[in-house]
Amino acid sequence: MVRANWSIFEEDYWAIHSILTELLKNSNAQSTLVIDRTGQLISSLGVAPDFDVTSFASLCAADFEANTQLARLIGENDFSTLYHQGADESMYLSRVDSRTILAVLFDRQTTLGLVRLRVKRAVDQLGAIMVRLFEKVEYRNEEFATPVDQDFAVRAEAEIDNLFRD
Amino acid sequence: MSLINYSTREINCKIVYYGPGLGGKTTNVQYVYSRVSPETKGRLVSLATEMDRTLFFDFLPLDLGPIKGFRTRFHLYTVPGQVYYDASRRLILRGVDGIIFVADSLISRFEANVESLYNLHENLAEHDLKLENVPFALQYNKRDLKDIIPVADLQDELNPQGYPAFEAIATQGVGVFDTLKSVSKMVLRKLA
Repeated sequence: MVRANWSIFEEDYWAIHSILTELLKNSNAQSTLVIDRTGQLISSLGVAPDFDVTSFASLCAADFEANTQLARLIGENDFSTLYHQGADESMYLSRVDSRTILAVLFDRQTTLGLVRLRVKRAVDQLGAIMVRLFEKVEYRNEEFATPVDQDFAVRAEAEIDNLFRD
Repeated sequence: MSLINYSTREINCKIVYYGPGLGGKTTNVQYVYSRVSPETKGRLVSLATEMDRTLFFDFLPLDLGPIKGFRTRFHLYTVPGQVYYDASRRLILRGVDGIIFVADSLISRFEANVESLYNLHENLAEHDLKLENVPFALQYNKRDLKDIIPVADLQDELNPQGYPAFEAIATQGVGVFDTLKSVSKMVLRKLA
């Protein structure tokens, strides 16, 4: 039985992929990532970033959480979007729902206004998928076939012994 | 909160090092980073002050490689230990799968350990979690120093429940992997 708090299934992944494809096309951004608010990368699309995407996802989540705390200090529930402007590259982060963030990286080939407009539409669409996804997780957690069984645990423990050696 | 991605065939789990300031949490992660093979580890990210005190967190992704076709990763985080960074600690506990409490064995830090453990319980409650439901181990660090608390006393005060506990000298790597192995195995067993 899966006790994972959440899972991404094949059909949801491709639904997300399709929204990100449209977002990239319409916004002229370089790349886009969907990130779990605990810092884990769910999906990414666009120009392959030449940086460590895992670290990027972790820092995006931390950035968003830190700003949520700042928002609360000034009496807001959260900041639903964040914008970081660089000389050449910029990024725009938007809350999708309580568990996920959409990050968009873009350069001078587009404008903040266009990115913001297209992200708003994508966030609405992603939000609907996330609602569906969590309903499904609650249902499937009880019975969905999972790679994480006793055999998995035994093999993983062997890998852990192999990896964590002095 | 582990995330299983059936499409990219990945499983990600989050392990957090908790404990009082200057107890050795960052040293643990730095040792792990220095010892695992390059293809296994990602970049070690440290959000620290100029004095190398952890400001927000340290982060190290570790890749176990494919197991039954699923790439399995552990994300190691440390929290800032200093009392006034409580908001940061609370945030980092979000979605935690396993916790390592790094206690400072120095007699002078006895109260700091107790306070930090109490603070862990409080912050877990903020996420509707109880320590007894999270894979957890303690590490009694700095066993090479003078003026340290006997392990039996640390056990009495910090670990009456009998969670797995390990003596360590993190600066030399002693006990670092033993502790990490213990919690990471518990995390995977809980998933299965």
